[in-house]
Amino acid sequence: MKDKLITRIIQIAGFSSILIVLLIFLFLLREGLPALSEVSFSDLFATRWYPIEDLFGILPLFSGSLLVTFFSILIAIPFGVGTAIYIAEVAPRRVKEILKPMIELLAGIPSVVLGFIGIVFLSPALREWLNLPTGLTAFTGALLLALISIPTIVSVGEDALNAVPQSYREASYALGITRWQTIWRVTLPAARSGMITAVMLGISRTLGETMAVMMVTGNAPTMFKGIVSLFKPTRTMTATIASEMGEVASGSTHYHVLFFIGIVLFLFSLIINIVSNHFSEKNRKDKEQVVS
Amino acid sequence: MNEAKIAIRNYCLRYSDGVQALKNVDLDIHPNAINVLFGPAGGGKSSLLRSINRLIDMADAEETSGEILFNGKNILDKETDVSWLRRKIGMVFSRPIPLPKSIFENVAFGLEVAGEKDKDAIRATVERALRQAYLWEEVYDRLDDPGNSLSGGQQQRLCLARILAFEPQVIMLDEPTSALDPVITARIESLLQEIKKDITIIIAPHNMSQSARIADYASFFLQGELVEFGEGSKLFVNPQDQRTQDYVEGRFG
Repeated sequence: MKDKLITRIIQIAGFSSILIVLLIFLFLLREGLPALSEVSFSDLFATRWYPIEDLFGILPLFSGSLLVTFFSILIAIPFGVGTAIYIAEVAPRRVKEILKPMIELLAGIPSVVLGFIGIVFLSPALREWLNLPTGLTAFTGALLLALISIPTIVSVGEDALNAVPQSYREASYALGITRWQTIWRVTLPAARSGMITAVMLGISRTLGETMAVMMVTGNAPTMFKGIVSLFKPTRTMTATIASEMGEVASGSTHYHVLFFIGIVLFLFSLIINIVSNHFSEKNRKDKEQVVS
Repeated sequence: MNEAKIAIRNYCLRYSDGVQALKNVDLDIHPNAINVLFGPAGGGKSSLLRSINRLIDMADAEETSGEILFNGKNILDKETDVSWLRRKIGMVFSRPIPLPKSIFENVAFGLEVAGEKDKDAIRATVERALRQAYLWEEVYDRLDDPGNSLSGGQQQRLCLARILAFEPQVIMLDEPTSALDPVITARIESLLQEIKKDITIIIAPHNMSQSARIADYASFFLQGELVEFGEGSKLFVNPQDQRTQDYVEGRFG
């Protein structure tokens, strides 16, 4: 009897979380899809975002998000993976015990604090150093977002490396393979799927981040025009929703387009989730083979 | 009696957690013979094996003293080329551990890292090693399958082939058949009898019967001490030390 009750409660908890996500998605669709009928397809996928004059081209926001995300991940992967390797494979136990919680603490810093640091320190420094007209650029955002995603990559990546059985390393050493060769050619390949999951989580963290990018990227919706765009102000999809949603008339075209952007973002993180799930699934199957 | 292949002189090992794993061990490993280390768990057999190929460097060894002479040279010297040593003194573990690579690469990988670049030479060596481990017939048509797609016994022979590829002088086996069924065990034992013509074998079996079956020379380890050492045919039948006698007769352990 008691067993049944507990089962029920857990069941309700489980189903309700699914239900909530589903409702959010339905809400997004209801508020966002009208945009497709109110704005013609070619106008929606145009290159100018200027809602006051009814120009709802979302491509610049799209390109802004991709630009910032791409470069931040480009910075975050080597640092994140490198740090994960250092903590899991190289660092003495004492250093490891200090570093790991510190990295995890770093992941907990609110992004608005990092954004603040970006505004008062990073952006002026970049302006002077690179001799730019303004320090509020896509690059500033990418750097800051890299800082935000590195702890995620390190934490998940380190777990993946730790999950590689110690016996793999021993077997490798026993073949006269050195420590570095073992890391690059045995441990990392064995942890490959976990590392990919780590990077994917980093990407979705970066793509979804709003506050910090809004504060430091300058918020000018510009199209990507080659590498120079990296050092000019830009604006991401998330920042657009956050900054404009507050002053938009509910039910207007502008309002619907903002929700449509939300749908696009949702699809993005869905794809990333599916990809990372695919890899962690594969990872589990590999592990089961080791155990059997 | 031949000269010792490996001579262990007054060797002591203490881990950083204070455990004295080995105490004043003096032992000669005889060439071209099966040298058995036996005794209850925690006796120091694995620690000794891991000392001989310096795998102990990776563990938390706080203090080592004494000498381990391999062909007359002390391998505990700082100058010892550890990679070279581990290729000359190969090791097989109790659980077969294929690296996350194909069957072919599992054997070829060590050779590549050792600096062999000639693809044909690698291919030839891989085949020779797999034949020597009696695995070739079973895998020659699927060398690109992952190493862990093999059965347990095949995996263990793959691990043996991986080492045989280096043409080692010594092979150490730490409970190599503990996870295998009796048929495969018999097969691996006869394989060892075969290769001991060229290669010195040190083995820590996981049970007494295997120890008695294959030992040319045997040494009994108890709590880090070498209690008794002698020819297998004598030691198991007529042990001199009371403790050895108790263990062999199954009164403890």
